[in-house]
Amino acid sequence: MSQQTLRIQRISGHAGSIPGEDTQRQYTVAKLVDTTTCIGCKACEVACVEWNDMPFSSTTFDNTYQTMPETRWNYWNLILFNEHEREDGSLMWLMRKNQCMHCAEPGCLAACPADGAIVQYTNGVVDFQQDHCIGCGYCISGCPFNIPKFNKETKRVYKCTLCTDRVSEGLEPACIKACPTGCLHFGSKDDMLVLANNRAKQLKDNFNFPNAGVYDPKGVGGTGVIYVLHDATQPELYGGLPSNPTIPLMVKLWKGPLKWLGNLAMAGGLIGLFVHYLRFGPKDRDEATPSEGARP
Amino acid sequence: MSHADQILPHGRVLRYPFAERLNHWIAAFSYIYLLLTGLAFWSPWCFWIAAALGGGQTSRMLHPWAGLIFFFAVMRMYSMWSPQMRTTESDKQWWRSLNHYIQNEDEKMPPAGRYNAGQKALFWSFFYGAIALLLTGIVLWFPESIPWNLRWLRYISVFLHPVAALVTIANFLIHIYMSVFAERGAFGSVIRGDVSLEFAKRYHPGWYKEIVGGSSSAPRK
Repeated sequence: MSQQTLRIQRISGHAGSIPGEDTQRQYTVAKLVDTTTCIGCKACEVACVEWNDMPFSSTTFDNTYQTMPETRWNYWNLILFNEHEREDGSLMWLMRKNQCMHCAEPGCLAACPADGAIVQYTNGVVDFQQDHCIGCGYCISGCPFNIPKFNKETKRVYKCTLCTDRVSEGLEPACIKACPTGCLHFGSKDDMLVLANNRAKQLKDNFNFPNAGVYDPKGVGGTGVIYVLHDATQPELYGGLPSNPTIPLMVKLWKGPLKWLGNLAMAGGLIGLFVHYLRFGPKDRDEATPSEGARP
Repeated sequence: MSHADQILPHGRVLRYPFAERLNHWIAAFSYIYLLLTGLAFWSPWCFWIAAALGGGQTSRMLHPWAGLIFFFAVMRMYSMWSPQMRTTESDKQWWRSLNHYIQNEDEKMPPAGRYNAGQKALFWSFFYGAIALLLTGIVLWFPESIPWNLRWLRYISVFLHPVAALVTIANFLIHIYMSVFAERGAFGSVIRGDVSLEFAKRYHPGWYKEIVGGSSSAPRK
């Protein structure tokens, strides 16, 4: 939420130009989550709650190792557990650190009507500004990853900030800092992609995971959180990670063609009615006395 | 109310009794608030309207409640007016003669009753529009309560809510234009309730015949 050293490249619900756009360039940053070396210790969950000073709330136990069914407004970082049965009958524990993906083309930002409630910094981080949020929840509909969560008391929406306050000071996000196995990495997107691809190649060549690969979905322009998966052909196995996430079609139609057609129709209607009055005037102009008649 | 009661002194006819006028303005004021705040959420270029009306948060909080008021006002209209809004044979002719209506050649129009075909279309567009806006509006009111596997409800709603609103806006603009600018006397009728006999004869000859023809006493001039 600190934006001292961060420039903005995209603003939600904003009319006109973006102040300071293109005056400064920054590396696009990314988190790399190597699911193949995650041990499900949840240190990142604790670090997130600690650093962001989240109020504690009771959880829902559903007979798994998972802390709760899905992320919450005050719980932005959640390991999703899946006991996957492989073709040979052996079990494999798939664990994925779920959080905001920081899409290059964020659906939340596209859907948001409030000026400045969602911004994207030049380093690619997508951040909610709760003081500008009006609580409409359109971001919830725009997100293909089910990330923005509504707080019924404050009537605002919250999610992972990618520890903007730390990153802007040159520190790594709290979750990365806490990871004991080194399955979490943070750096420039380019560096993280090289690291991720090397790891995927290692898994293919040496560890008998022929489908290993990197998850960086193009449907949302790539993401600020990339995963190394044992089986990149089935991302759904990892807690329902969508294989081809995009901004929902209806949201695109609403913010694209419908908006243009609607604006055209409304402006055209106003102009048309005005011109009609100039051309034809009121219906009873030909009468000597107005049809209203004399009033008592 | 008998037809004779509708004939007032000084060549006036009662067109909208108090209950109808009150209901009209409940719908009108709530609709105008909904339109203004809705436009603020529609486009960043209109977001200043929300600021002028007390801020985005306030607008977001009150818009659904104004929507409920508007919905119930429209449903009250349905209970009062729906029998008079049924399409008749003469309405079909009215649409075929629309060109004359647009060019203010009202003498060439088939005789309209209490409501002409255009007014009936306005009524039904607002009736169905209000239902669509309510159903999609409830989803948008509590988007966080829609579970992830029912997210298609949200997708449909974010699209259909503005579509339904645009349909009502088109009708609303024409309604304002006709009543305030095109037909002198129409705006006053929904405030004070009465129109002149000339107005009734000119725009609603069927309705005029019903009232004046049905009364035993000739209208007092």
